[in-house]
Amino acid sequence: MGSSSSDMSHIPDAQELMQETGFSAAHLARLHERFEFLDKDDRGELSPEDFSTVSELAMNPIGDRIIAAFFSPGQQAVDFPSFVRILAHFRPTDANRSRNGRNGAQQEPANSRTNRLKFVFQLYDQDRDGKISREDLLEVLRAMLEMQVEEEQLQSIAERAIQEADLDQDDAISFDEFRKSLEKVNIEHKMSIRFLE
Amino acid sequence: MLRLTLLLLLLLLTAAAAAAAAAADRSGTGAPQLRGPGLGFAPPVPASPSAPPLLLLPQPGAEYGAPGVALARSAAEEPAGPAEQEDGGEHREHGGGYRVVQWEWSYVQTPYIIAIWLLVASVAKILFHFSQRFTTVVPESCMLILLGLVLGGVVLIANKKQLYQLEPALFFLFLLPTIVGDAGYFMPARLFFDNLGAILTYAVVGTLWNAFCTGFLIIIIIVIIIIIIIIIIIIVIIQFYIRVNQTSRHSSSASFLIVSIGGTLVGLVFAVILGFITRFTKKVRIIEPLFVFLLVYLAYLTAELFSLSAILSMTFCGIGANKYVEANISQKSRTTVKYTMKTLASIAETIIFIFLGISAVDKSKWAWDTGLVSCTLVFIFVFRAAGVIGQTWVLNRFRLVPLDKIDQVVMSYGGLRGAVAFALVVLLDGEQVKAKDYFVATTIVVVFFTVMFQGLTIKPLVKWLKVPRSTSRKPTINEEIHERAFDHILTAVEDIAGLQGYHHWRDKWEQFDKNYLSKLLLRKSVYRKSELWEAYQKINIRDAISVIDQGGNVLTSARLSLPSMASRASFPEVTNVTNYLRENGSGVCLDLQVIDNVPGGKVEEDTETHHVLAGNLYKPRRRYQSHYSRHFMPLGEQERQDREVFQRNMRSRMETFKSTRHKRHKKERSLKKRRGSDTKEDGGDKPRRNVSWQDKDPVVVPVESDEDKAEHSDPEKEEDVGITFVARKAETCSLTCPPSVPAALDGAQSPPPGPASPSGGDTHLPWKGGVGSPPPCVSVEATKIIPVDLQQAWNQSISSLESISSPPAPAEPVHPRVSALSRLGSARPASYTPPGSVVGSTLSIGAQLSQGSFCFPDRKKDEEEDEEDGGAELQPLMSSLRPPGHAPGPGRRRNPCVYLRSLVTAPPPGEPHSRGPTQL
Repeated sequence: MGSSSSDMSHIPDAQELMQETGFSAAHLARLHERFEFLDKDDRGELSPEDFSTVSELAMNPIGDRIIAAFFSPGQQAVDFPSFVRILAHFRPTDANRSRNGRNGAQQEPANSRTNRLKFVFQLYDQDRDGKISREDLLEVLRAMLEMQVEEEQLQSIAERAIQEADLDQDDAISFDEFRKSLEKVNIEHKMSIRFLE
Repeated sequence: MLRLTLLLLLLLLTAAAAAAAAAADRSGTGAPQLRGPGLGFAPPVPASPSAPPLLLLPQPGAEYGAPGVALARSAAEEPAGPAEQEDGGEHREHGGGYRVVQWEWSYVQTPYIIAIWLLVASVAKILFHFSQRFTTVVPESCMLILLGLVLGGVVLIANKKQLYQLEPALFFLFLLPTIVGDAGYFMPARLFFDNLGAILTYAVVGTLWNAFCTGFLIIIIIVIIIIIIIIIIIIVIIQFYIRVNQTSRHSSSASFLIVSIGGTLVGLVFAVILGFITRFTKKVRIIEPLFVFLLVYLAYLTAELFSLSAILSMTFCGIGANKYVEANISQKSRTTVKYTMKTLASIAETIIFIFLGISAVDKSKWAWDTGLVSCTLVFIFVFRAAGVIGQTWVLNRFRLVPLDKIDQVVMSYGGLRGAVAFALVVLLDGEQVKAKDYFVATTIVVVFFTVMFQGLTIKPLVKWLKVPRSTSRKPTINEEIHERAFDHILTAVEDIAGLQGYHHWRDKWEQFDKNYLSKLLLRKSVYRKSELWEAYQKINIRDAISVIDQGGNVLTSARLSLPSMASRASFPEVTNVTNYLRENGSGVCLDLQVIDNVPGGKVEEDTETHHVLAGNLYKPRRRYQSHYSRHFMPLGEQERQDREVFQRNMRSRMETFKSTRHKRHKKERSLKKRRGSDTKEDGGDKPRRNVSWQDKDPVVVPVESDEDKAEHSDPEKEEDVGITFVARKAETCSLTCPPSVPAALDGAQSPPPGPASPSGGDTHLPWKGGVGSPPPCVSVEATKIIPVDLQQAWNQSISSLESISSPPAPAEPVHPRVSALSRLGSARPASYTPPGSVVGSTLSIGAQLSQGSFCFPDRKKDEEEDEEDGGAELQPLMSSLRPPGHAPGPGRRRNPCVYLRSLVTAPPPGEPHSRGPTQL
């Protein structure tokens, strides 16, 4: 694309980002466009309010959690590199590992299984204590099921889920347990988005 | 040794059947020769030659004349038939004497032969599955083909000429729909749509590619087209192709599009109709499966009627309606639909394979051409591989998860051509396609080669390539939750990134579905439930079933095997976290697998004991309304009450059960007794019966008692009831169940470790009672989780037992008389007094069932007279004597189900007073 190459100059640390996240230049350009579109007041950062302009997110039951996941704790803004880094979790895994091979030696790519699961895990673990407690799980369930299910049913689902995954009997799901419970799931398939060039 | 004998027997049977058929044909009955099994399935077709189906009929008109006559003749005889039998042939003089037994072979021949065929094939399947090792190596279709060869040989020897051939109408109107319907209805929708692009590409492009490449090279397109089929959708093209070739001889891509899109639309329309209809079948559960079959089939026929793709129509009708139908209809209907579809499909497949075997033996049917055969074999393989690789290369540019080399190898090699290919080639019109015989030979070889050789080798190949085998297991609750979360996350991220990708559209579709479609097509009660909750329930039910099922290998066909059961029950290694957890038997949870795994040591003894207790302790005061109807499954309010009470009791039982794993004892028993006397409703004796378990060996007994029921619940084994009673929730609240009843129940139940009585509304939901009720000595987790599981398990078995007990024909007609007799109190025909053991028991069940409230007042004076009669009458009388408020004492209660169960398993020793010896 003609426009993409010209856009590249606006993007800070483009090369580095590409290396780190595995996005191509066209991807980055496209994402940057989107970033600027979201960034209403042109500060070069996105605030939570900016995200809320995406109308579909309001419909999403766990939309605010996902928005929150873009912000590191305590901060109220996210710049473009962080924005891309978050999105990189969902980049499809490459068939050719060569590009990742160079960086992968020192650091796992964001779209690795572990990192993806970590991302999801943090969505659950709102109090960031490293475990999904019963309350954490209940809240997510409550959000996802909305009003369809009564509280007690929710409780039993949460109970059952924890029971199932909890290996060390601490009544909460640690990250390891979380990973284990999703061992059989094809994360590569289920957590990928096709980014447009 | 045994197997050998059975095989011999089978062969004999086969030979006998075939010879009989042949003999009958040779002798000739005056009626034109019946045309083999085809007609049995297709009476409407030949019977109405005036309105030929809009199918391709290469042999129309005259061909059907003969069977039509035959049918007319049999139709004419039909009214006479029953009369003859009843009058014992008095007026039918034949030759010198009276003919008591008529030889009516020609009348029953066709269906008879088909039935025998299927019987033989099914018996062969059983034998085939005797050998575990053999089954894992040899695919079932191999066995069927071999059987067909044997059958064909026998027929040929007996008859010297080919009798049986596949009719197009039979195939397209009956055999094909059953196969397609099965595939369409049970298509995993999510996977299907997730991979829609790839599937369509492989199906459409792949088929065309294979057909044209192979075809042009051998210059005979049609055979090759016919050969290259395996996926259903591919058949669409063949259908289309044949039709185009034979009717219009004009093909264009436009008409192809119209045919397939039109077919799809027809299918979707019928899917909507089907969903809408099943929304209103709450009162007539029994015809739910019928609706499913009819509408899916109608979708096929309608598309056929308009010369659209019937297969696509049927497939999409199945896929589209599945979600709504499954949610609307009862669990029993679901099971019925599932088994019937599978049965029909396997029948159809069996028939085709047998035809294949027969044709292969009969030399007059085919002509050999080495060049053609070998070329075809080579080319179908080469071009399939080429096609797969080429398309994969294109697809991988678009797919998120590329298909790798191993996938491609398997896909190339997995091109098995089976029954459908053969059927299609046999259906070619010999008049128009002069080389038909060559084609038949080629196809037979191809089918043999692919099924035998490739079929046998693909498993080792897959193993050797270390393909990750799909462990077709059901997701755990964690996976259910997290995958739903994934969907939301991906949708959100797509929105944030400003992409309108797959998830975006799926989310849009789900919104639409939720806002409009579901409202239109789903029952209100169902609509309000959440999918996750249903998933949760299903998992619970599955666990419960695995407890009951233990072995999990009841189903013979590999296609029918239910993964969850098998994986839970039979995999010794730790397959997932849940199992791991279970096998390690955490202190908190009473875990089901542990129960499972302990081999039943004292099973016999325990059975004894708990039958004694069951017999002695309680007796139902109320019984089911007895009524037999062809149109309704009896499912009265009382049954529902029973179930509710039962579930509540189950829960409390489980609590105590758990708490007493280490310290169980008399306290427990007294508790139970107290509860028993407190209870006001019947039907709650199952849990109480478990008093015995706990005293004997709590770990072992559940297995035992579940086991013997499992034998009877085979057909309904999987995930029964759970959803059913949920669906009934609204019904219960609004129509029948006054809040006072459950409230009373709760009042009765609560003093023991039972729960703080739930609110009126809660009582309808069995699981709710279990939730949040703090039991005395068990941790909260266990209370919430396990009781629900086991409740379902019990429910499961109960319902299956009920289904055995409730509609039996012999028992039902008796009721009115019996109850009348009981009212009279005397003068009873002798035939009723000493009922044979089995009959008696059925009777008594019937009586039990029948005598609800209407004969209540007169019972007292009958009691003494009835004493010696035992069985039929007394049981109900005794229990109905007890006024509702009166505590019936620990010894009197008996649920019909329990009763039935005890009949089936072991004689309940020592019924207190009401049980006569007849019932033992």
